[in-house]
Amino acid sequence: MILSQQPPEIRAEQILEVQDLTKMFGGVKAQDQISFSIEKGIVCGLIGPNGAGKTTLFNMITGIYRPDAGKVIFNGKDIKKTPVHRLVKAGVARTFQHVELFSSMTLLENIMVGMHVRTKAGFWAAVTRMPAMKKEERDSRRRAEALLEFTGLSTDTHKMAGDLPAGRQKTAQIARALASDPLLLLLDEPAAGLNAVETHALGKLIQKIKESGITMMLVEHDMSLVMGMSDKVVVLDQGKKLAEGTPRQIQRNEAVMSAYLGNG
Amino acid sequence: MMTDKNKYIWIEYLGFICAVSAFGLVTENTYYLQIMTFIGINTLLGLGLNMLMGYTGQVSLGHAAFYGIGAYTTAILSGTYGINPWLALVCAVAAAVLIAFIVGLPTLRLSGYYLAMGTLGFGMIVNIVIREWADVTGGASGFVGIPVLEAGPLVFMAGPGYYFLVWGIVCVAMIICRRLLASRTGRALRAIHDGEKAAVAIGINTHFLKLEIFMFSAALAAVAGFLYAHFVLFISPESFGFMFSIKIVTMVVIGGMASVWGALLGAAVLTLLPEVLHGFAEYEMIIFGTVLMVVMIFMPQGLNRGIMDMIRTARRAKA
Amino acid sequence: MQEIVQYLFSGITTGAVYAVIAVGLSMLYSSTELINFAHGEFVMIGALAMVTLWVRLSLPLPLAVAGAVAAGCILGLVFERLAIRTARNPKPITLIIITVGAGIFLKGAAMIVWGKDPFSMPSFSSHESIEIFGAALLPQSIWIVTAALVLAGGIHLFLKQTLTGKAMVACAVNKKAAWLSGIPSEKMGILAFGISAGCGAVAGIFIAPITMSSYDMGTILGLKGFCAAMIGGLGSLWGAFAGGLLLGILESLGAGLISSGLKDAIAFVLLLLILYIRPGGLFAAKEAKRF
Repeated sequence: MILSQQPPEIRAEQILEVQDLTKMFGGVKAQDQISFSIEKGIVCGLIGPNGAGKTTLFNMITGIYRPDAGKVIFNGKDIKKTPVHRLVKAGVARTFQHVELFSSMTLLENIMVGMHVRTKAGFWAAVTRMPAMKKEERDSRRRAEALLEFTGLSTDTHKMAGDLPAGRQKTAQIARALASDPLLLLLDEPAAGLNAVETHALGKLIQKIKESGITMMLVEHDMSLVMGMSDKVVVLDQGKKLAEGTPRQIQRNEAVMSAYLGNG
Repeated sequence: MMTDKNKYIWIEYLGFICAVSAFGLVTENTYYLQIMTFIGINTLLGLGLNMLMGYTGQVSLGHAAFYGIGAYTTAILSGTYGINPWLALVCAVAAAVLIAFIVGLPTLRLSGYYLAMGTLGFGMIVNIVIREWADVTGGASGFVGIPVLEAGPLVFMAGPGYYFLVWGIVCVAMIICRRLLASRTGRALRAIHDGEKAAVAIGINTHFLKLEIFMFSAALAAVAGFLYAHFVLFISPESFGFMFSIKIVTMVVIGGMASVWGALLGAAVLTLLPEVLHGFAEYEMIIFGTVLMVVMIFMPQGLNRGIMDMIRTARRAKA
Repeated sequence: MQEIVQYLFSGITTGAVYAVIAVGLSMLYSSTELINFAHGEFVMIGALAMVTLWVRLSLPLPLAVAGAVAAGCILGLVFERLAIRTARNPKPITLIIITVGAGIFLKGAAMIVWGKDPFSMPSFSSHESIEIFGAALLPQSIWIVTAALVLAGGIHLFLKQTLTGKAMVACAVNKKAAWLSGIPSEKMGILAFGISAGCGAVAGIFIAPITMSSYDMGTILGLKGFCAAMIGGLGSLWGAFAGGLLLGILESLGAGLISSGLKDAIAFVLLLLILYIRPGGLFAAKEAKRF
């Protein structure tokens, strides 16, 4: 459905395996021996009270932080030493809690720049403007337009990214992440700040993305969204994994309930 | 800034080419021609640095060194050894790019002040080497005997000939910059400018891109040095020291970062200012220092952007 | 052998001056995360102020020293107020250029006030040089090294023992936490600037008798102070001190044994080496700090 240029191949059943992942900041254990895995094609929810270490986990999966101990295995490969840009090329993409669209570019250009890892034209190609480079530009543009259509943002194609309303900016971030043809898409609180209508639309989009074969992991506080969309849920509390299972199992889990409601 | 529609760009360029050509054909006053030629050379110097500072947020405090490498490489190769100057140009650019790679590789990996310091140190070293290696460079007394540029039947002497040579090269450089900015590389650059964290997250190799732009700016500076050497036919280390590196930075700051026309504006202001302030030569440093501080405190994006922002705010206030 | 001892003496002397300059830079960085590219000009101001106060106006030595240091400190505070504080949302590149601009401004102002000609200044004590191992040790050298040690030691004690000093360290380590604990980070910034500028002035005061003082002496001294601070590890007090001494000695040995013309390049070659091999500096933590 989504046009692709040289997408990475899926090499393993478990798209992501996290083993005994540990991260210290100063004397604080932000992540304490966390282990879980995500099968390809599912939606995995990551929940937990504030400060549980969810964004830190994302940062370690996407290569922004290096773990102090433990492994992250993506698509069969240990990615401990992989720099971020190579990870994106290997098929990991993410969005941020606070929207970080590029404000000096139009929405279309934002999506096009998301394709950076799947395109080739470099310095010399830009300067000489050979036919191959022009073709790549045309293809990129067409693909970006298709992505905007897929995510329902076509009407804003040529608007400056910063001028869009907040909800559409969040969707645009997802479109930009999709532009890199990921195997695994990490969404950091995609529903934060969205109203009920927008959240519903987000749910539909996540469903569409799942149908196109992309595995997703999502951090969310909106329980109905997470429980409704996820095939599996991982619960973190104070850096430790508290529970892992289907949404129904998690909803019945006592430890989870006390972590959220708090009992001192 | 960067969302020019295509047709406007061509009109801008056409207007620019017409203005430059008209000036060159009409003016007979050699002094004015000389000034304009210098503006052209300084624009080349500022163009690359403008992109570096504007898009990657890095500063080079030793850019005069690349300028000097361009000038002295051609002076030595074509003056002392009689090698064809155009070949010397290739060598000069290659040398500058190589050195930029060596200096930039470790320093651009880290964010913040490191490139500034590395280029500062490197700039001082080059200046000292030029001064001390008197056998080759002529030392503090300078290098005499730089040949005049020729290309087949054309001889480029100071005057309209050189004026058109310099501005022709400036045009080419501007087109290169524009093409760069309108491409995949340009989008990546603008992404780094708008939000480096997000740029990294979508897979842009920011380290490599910054290095590329730094090398490009070094190449342009070397070309400018080449043109300078074959224009004035005599060079000395004073022209390539720390103060000149600061002047180039000032050009970019005043003209406006991340702007091709900004490089031109900055070069024009900084070339004309000393001529205008001839009587106030003593105050040059105080004026420079004040301008740098004031512009950076109140209009960190540069003068042209700052003025445009003020106009925009004024318009909004009226509406 | 005797030559090497001579080089060592002069190396330690200039090294002590570099050390003081580097300490000022390093301390400012560790308190405010700012690199002051105008630092060298405070050295120049200290030196030229001494020329005016001690030589021209013939004030007694301690008064002249106090006056010159005060001049440096006051300038530092003014600079902090006007230039640094008023900058809105400064990115590193903005701050770099502001401090560079300030340095050039100070240089230009000094040129107008004191003119272009260099001044010489007599030593603080008029003793003859002492002979050790066949090499001559100038009494001014003893003054300089002593002053450097006293200054560094004083700052060390200030940071470790006094409440204000500990507050400054807290600010350097974690500004937000310090602020939450009630430490006024603005005042700390002002204090840091004052101390830093004061260090610069002290360096200038003590170097004036050994070299000629002029309006443009500050640039290269500031740059070498940088290199020394980077070599030792930015933010480390004794690292800066050691870096300064190391630089002075290497420079002196290099000038004597290899070539005196390339002497100035040694500092920058060392800087580039450090940036390549160990950007954090010799005595700082392994991982290079991100500014």
